[in-house]
Amino acid sequence: MTDASSATAPQFFVSEEDHPDNGVMLGFWLYLMSDCLIFACLFACYAVYGQSYAAGPSGADLFNLPLIAVSTAALLLSSITYGFAVLEMLHQRKDAVLKWLAVTGCLGLAFLGLELYEFAHMVGEGAGPDRSAFLSSFFALVGTHGLHVTFGIVWLVVLMVQVNKFGLTGDNQRRLACLSMFWHFLDLVWIGVFSFVYLIGSMQ
Amino acid sequence: MTDPSTVEHSALFGRLSLEAIPYHEPILVLTFIAIAIGGGAVLAIITRMGKWGYLWDEWFTSVDHKKIGIMYIVLATIMLLRGFSDALMMRLQQAMAFDGSRGYLPPEHYDQIFTAHGVIMVLFVAMPMIVGLFNIVVPLQIGARDVAFPFLNNFSFWMTAAGAGLLMASLFIGEFAKTGWLAYPPLSGINFSPGTGVDYYIWSLQIAGVGTLLSGVNFVVTIVKMRAPGMTLMKMPIFTWTALVTNILILAVFPVLTATLALLGLDRYFGMHFFTNDLGGNMMMYVNLIWIWGHPEVYILILPVFGVFSEVVATFSRKPLFGYSSMVYATLSIALLSYLVWLHHFFTMGSGASVNSFFAIATMIISIPTGVKIFNWLFTMYRGRIHFQVPMLWTMGFLLTFVTGGMTGVMLAVPPADFILHNSLFLVAHFHHVIIGGVVFGLFAGINYWCPKAIGFHLDPFWGKVSFWCWLSGFWVAFTPLYIMGLMGVTRRLSHFTDPSLQIWFQIALVGGILVLCGIVAFLIQIYVSIRDRERLRDTTGDPWDARTLEWSTASPPPHYNFAFTPIVYERDAWWDMKRRGFKRPEESFNQIHMPDNTATGIVLAGLSAVCGFGLVWHIWWMAILAFVGIVGATIWHTFNYNRDHYIPADDVAQTETAFIQQLGEHGAAT
Amino acid sequence: MSSSSDGRAGGHHDESVFVHGTEQGPADLPHATRKGYITGFVLSVILTIVPFWLVIGDVSLNKFAIVMLILGFGVVQIFVHVVYFLHMNSQSEQGWNLMAFLFTLILVTIALAGSIWIMFNMNLNMMPMSPLYSEEARAAMPELPLQPQGERKH
Repeated sequence: MTDASSATAPQFFVSEEDHPDNGVMLGFWLYLMSDCLIFACLFACYAVYGQSYAAGPSGADLFNLPLIAVSTAALLLSSITYGFAVLEMLHQRKDAVLKWLAVTGCLGLAFLGLELYEFAHMVGEGAGPDRSAFLSSFFALVGTHGLHVTFGIVWLVVLMVQVNKFGLTGDNQRRLACLSMFWHFLDLVWIGVFSFVYLIGSMQ
Repeated sequence: MTDPSTVEHSALFGRLSLEAIPYHEPILVLTFIAIAIGGGAVLAIITRMGKWGYLWDEWFTSVDHKKIGIMYIVLATIMLLRGFSDALMMRLQQAMAFDGSRGYLPPEHYDQIFTAHGVIMVLFVAMPMIVGLFNIVVPLQIGARDVAFPFLNNFSFWMTAAGAGLLMASLFIGEFAKTGWLAYPPLSGINFSPGTGVDYYIWSLQIAGVGTLLSGVNFVVTIVKMRAPGMTLMKMPIFTWTALVTNILILAVFPVLTATLALLGLDRYFGMHFFTNDLGGNMMMYVNLIWIWGHPEVYILILPVFGVFSEVVATFSRKPLFGYSSMVYATLSIALLSYLVWLHHFFTMGSGASVNSFFAIATMIISIPTGVKIFNWLFTMYRGRIHFQVPMLWTMGFLLTFVTGGMTGVMLAVPPADFILHNSLFLVAHFHHVIIGGVVFGLFAGINYWCPKAIGFHLDPFWGKVSFWCWLSGFWVAFTPLYIMGLMGVTRRLSHFTDPSLQIWFQIALVGGILVLCGIVAFLIQIYVSIRDRERLRDTTGDPWDARTLEWSTASPPPHYNFAFTPIVYERDAWWDMKRRGFKRPEESFNQIHMPDNTATGIVLAGLSAVCGFGLVWHIWWMAILAFVGIVGATIWHTFNYNRDHYIPADDVAQTETAFIQQLGEHGAAT
Repeated sequence: MSSSSDGRAGGHHDESVFVHGTEQGPADLPHATRKGYITGFVLSVILTIVPFWLVIGDVSLNKFAIVMLILGFGVVQIFVHVVYFLHMNSQSEQGWNLMAFLFTLILVTIALAGSIWIMFNMNLNMMPMSPLYSEEARAAMPELPLQPQGERKH
């Protein structure tokens, strides 16, 4: 290996400072995909234990479909209101973003309130998670989704403070976009929950 | 708490009391004294040398992937000593406990030891060692300055360390699980394991699991987003390929472990009925779920070392790797197939012929891409100029050992044979055969290969060779008897035996264990001698093996920023290509370089997680709640810091680079 | 899986300056439009109402058909959300997003289908861990711990 012939050698390095793409959005998406597998396990449990009532109540006895319809509507509405926040963000309208985020948060809280009411009602009737494997898998699946929504609301509040304080900077926009993915991802899971758990469960 | 049958529970200390300290167990007291003296001495030396500030600033809070990698390997080495002590204690117990003798370990202690041995070796030795190699090598191989999320990387390391710390705490406060390394219910359920052992197991794995999962995200994004210009996927070094596939597998299966252990926790803490015997629960569902994680997990261990061997074989045979594309496709198909075979771990649970056949055939198919890889390595060596350096010795040892170990795996994949061999010492011999002969040998090859790059000097080759021969011979002496006994029907996890004709085999196995001990001691001596003689062993060239990939184009150890200029890649073996075509190092017009700041958030969050886990294990609810609130608070506080980076001035870069070029000139090295 | 041929495969396509955050407007944001969100929302509402109506309203279909319809609507709705709310297409993140999603779908299918197949096959071959009470068995048992609330649907 000699130092000769460097004239014929191609350029072996980038002469300016090189910036790779930001990986936050892809990284967060990958995290969500792995979260998907947690839910897959919980769905698998529900599929296996879905009829292990242990002589206790079944879904048909317990589920209150009108209530579920209302909470589904709340979650679906919160998706579109979050979408409006993203649109306002693209136009750099800070106040409008905050307004739509607040609406989204309230809808999320309404969803959570309904879920807690449902859980409390079931536990009060003696149909708590320790009653049967069916109820264990029900509470684990629906509760995990609820925990995610809770976490999403905390994140949303923190982001509202940050947007308010620091404005719609590049970092904050990326964070809003990540929370957007998280929030819509929870919708995906909820579609599975209301179809597979509530609707099919109340027919059995 | 209201249940009178449970142990006393105070609001302040939960179920933690003086009784939890095993001061009445002489073995544990002696261990504790030894660790207290040893650990105390280390702490005293650090304090005396005034190195705490240095450690904190330069290592603990560092976001530099090279330093994090070294910390991973240090952690794994410490845990290896614990895991191996457990192994040797088991070997000694089984060699002694015959003819009415119960050996020196009471059964409840023996059970904790085999559980801890498995958990530690897989999750706290092999995994951190592998992630450590990823950290040191991958960003350098792809021509990047750091990983995609440097803070997350530091956090991941400390979560792994926190999990290990919680597990180690179980040695002296309370007990560890007595259930085997996968904690099958109902034995691990609250009725049969009311103590703290399984809770330690659950929380240390959950905490470490967060770290593993996040480092999976980190490396996938790093490899996808941060490759040097020109490095298309099919021009990536094979180790980077295996790192990519491994981390995708981590993302795919570690959530399953998290979910499964969480459900076991719900059974234990809230009286739910996922895996209980009553009220509709089904413990086989646990076995099903945990092996959806567990089987890909062994491929998470073996795929990266396949990458290590590919790099080592090509470098020391002075040839490009034979069959690069087939290697890539073999890696991908092994990864996908590994997700389709989990039932072969429980053929005997009674799923019937159709299910067993499907999973048996899928299992056997895996041996095809694995065979492709073996032939690729052999053909790379064929007509190459092989240099028998230490990494190459480990590779040759691997080829011999791993192929035979794989064969016994194919035997176990046949359901009728498995009905006879399952839960026997044959199985134990098989998985040690592939994990030691594959993973451990590969990790030692990787450490010996990349050490000059990571720390700037070689590991002493003489002690490396001693270590290799002790490990290789020790492995065969220790595990061949287990195959024989397994075929005779001796089951695993027994603390004593009644048939005296078996004793000789266990005594031979003990001799093997002692040989492996010599191998580990030789490895420690190797590290000591290398640090002592570091000037003699120093690598001044940055490319001591005349190797092929980009990590060897930098100084050893690489500067903080890795590459003064991002390299442009044209060929597969990029550095080989650069050397061949007369690459000249740039000597001027350096730019300032953008680098992330160090941060203490990772170590704080991980510390709080360990405290939270400890509170949950001992039912000290206030502690768990406070620590959890602290975790959330610290995370939110961290997100309010938007200024997380700094610039290295161009002058500093110029100084570092000039010094390296000067050093190259002094030692007369090529380019 | 071959990457682009412009020699910059490592993901340096955007000449954006938004890597380290202080600048405005990252280039990797979703390409969201009001029309897209509205379309997605309307489709989702329809795809949600129909399965609820199938169960709550007295639809004269057999049970199996209803179950299949509910699952079918669910799957379609998931894809509607992925396209209109998550803005997934083959271009975003050079296709890695989409690939990750499809790969996850495969794994979820394997894990779900495999678990169900394995566990039901085992229950068929072995004695179930605890009896699963059929409708008839439940009817024969007067002392249920919990009285059914309102009408039971069949």
